[in-house]
Amino acid sequence: MSSKLTRSNRAGWLFALPGFSLLFLFIIVPFFFAFWLSLTNQRLVSPNPTEFVGLKNYADLLSVSVLTLEPERDEAGEIRRDDDGAIAYPRVRSITRSDEFPQYRGMREWFRWHWGDKAKVVIASDVVFMKALVNTLTFALFIVPLQGGGALLLALLINQKLRGINAFRTIYFMPVVISIVVISLLWRFIYSGNEGLLNNILEALTFGAFTPVDWLGSTDTALGSIIAMSAWQAVGFHMVIWLAGLQTISPTLYEAAAIEGASKWQTFRYVTWPGLRNTAVLVLIVITMQSFAVFAQIDVMTNGGPLDSTQTLVFQTVERGYGKQDISGGATISVILFLMVLMISAVQAFLTRERN
Amino acid sequence: MALVTSDNRGLRLAARYATLILVALIFLFPLVFMVVSSLKPDQQLLADTSSIRAFLPVGDISLDNYYKAFDRAPIGLFMMNSVGITIVTVVLSILLCSLAAFSFVFLDWSGRGVLLSVIVATLIIPFETIAVPLLLFVSKLPWIGWEGLEFGWLNTYRVQVIPWIVDALTIFLFVQFFKDLPRELIEAARVEGASWFTVYRRIVMPLSGPVLATAAILKSLKMYNEQYLWPLIVVQDEAHRPVMVGLGYFFQLQIAWGEVMAYLTLISVPVIAFYLVMQRAFISSIASTGVKG
Repeated sequence: MSSKLTRSNRAGWLFALPGFSLLFLFIIVPFFFAFWLSLTNQRLVSPNPTEFVGLKNYADLLSVSVLTLEPERDEAGEIRRDDDGAIAYPRVRSITRSDEFPQYRGMREWFRWHWGDKAKVVIASDVVFMKALVNTLTFALFIVPLQGGGALLLALLINQKLRGINAFRTIYFMPVVISIVVISLLWRFIYSGNEGLLNNILEALTFGAFTPVDWLGSTDTALGSIIAMSAWQAVGFHMVIWLAGLQTISPTLYEAAAIEGASKWQTFRYVTWPGLRNTAVLVLIVITMQSFAVFAQIDVMTNGGPLDSTQTLVFQTVERGYGKQDISGGATISVILFLMVLMISAVQAFLTRERN
Repeated sequence: MALVTSDNRGLRLAARYATLILVALIFLFPLVFMVVSSLKPDQQLLADTSSIRAFLPVGDISLDNYYKAFDRAPIGLFMMNSVGITIVTVVLSILLCSLAAFSFVFLDWSGRGVLLSVIVATLIIPFETIAVPLLLFVSKLPWIGWEGLEFGWLNTYRVQVIPWIVDALTIFLFVQFFKDLPRELIEAARVEGASWFTVYRRIVMPLSGPVLATAAILKSLKMYNEQYLWPLIVVQDEAHRPVMVGLGYFFQLQIAWGEVMAYLTLISVPVIAFYLVMQRAFISSIASTGVKG
């Protein structure tokens, strides 16, 4: 009876189709389109027909090699040194531009280290992309514990029974409802060099012992500053997620722990944390995914600089796909980014399956 | 002895509040600074950063920065664009996503399992990974407007609305909510001869207050706050620009920070006010995205 009542192919499709078609057209189609574009030389506007180029775009982004440079020697076989006593090496350009090594053609130095009196030089076909890749991974690596852990601390802080506690929850959550674009511009001022607000606050708190830092203008601090600001903005979001998790833990478990005479840490370790396992996986995954998608902060605050120290994958996608109208180049980075997301999702699936 | 314990308790309570207040200051100081600075002339704004005056509305206080900001950029237009785009998208999103979810939960039709899995699978596609192909795609899409058939969606409102209407999360939220509604109610209505659309409109929707609020809040925040990357690449003309992209008007060689703060305050205070009024709904809507599966 009931199956007859609910069975309706026509109505079923009719209700689902408008929504599904939009999703299909604007998410699924461009998704597969990205894979196709990454195999071509498509440009946004071009008089020439688009050609299929196979995996060339991927090779152009991902080729990396290590060169070993022998020190330059004079006629007597002595190692030549410059005025500062540093060992002189042949220039990398003399190899990447030489006809002897066509496989290195067009590659540039990414970084180098010394091995005895030899120098190992890592060359990449696309140094900016490599920096963007490393920065994106660094971003994720630091923001996950900072934001996830910070959010958990806030949730534990808010989960007390105190008068007026809701007011604090409201305040901690407030930056979440403000656009990251607004936050980025605001913090660009707070982070600014000499007369910046943050420098002044730190100087006041340390009674002048703190030396001002050009937070966004120095390669050592720019990425870290953006990570800290991003965590500051979004930590309230995950505080709420942790809170929801905390509230699913049965109070009888806490009572039992209290009767057993468990310390605060023991209660957290053996009651609270096991109860938060699924929440922890979710928070971890969501923050990682968000950090892979960082764009607005970079665009507003640093434009990828100084010296490419804050380049990210999405910023590069846009800079190429839109800025340089190199659609296929942008799409190739998008596909690589998606494969990274897919790996993270696989980790999530694995972590949540293990439990069931 | 008893006195000591109660003293201790008082002290501990004070310490707890002190911690809470200290943390609150970390979250509040940039926002207070933003609003207060918007009222000061640039020279004073910069000078004040070296003292507590940075957070106090003291000195030469006026709304001058707001007037100047309005002179510099068509702020009213940008606000109308953003609000309009947000409202239209949210309304259409709720309609289409709830209809689809209704069909997935209550109706039995061939293909619905496959379709629902496809939708859920798109949850892991971040927008950022499809932005570039989507840009090429929408630049070629046809549209039938007042002047007949035309190609290309760049520099329009529709390019900022239509791709954003349906997303897997919204459908998913409705599906989760509908699953917990009593099926007997729907079946009883069907026995009495109600059409599917009547069941949707008269029975299911009136019961869906909480999920409607959640979907509307999440989508509004996304549309108003997070529309930056997409309009940046698909809208070049001023007429269709939303507020976040409008910020570009304030990036001159010599940044007038007072005006910037005024603009930032103008575009974020409405959202903050909305949040303060509805904070319970805001927070529970975020929490509901966390209890997946």
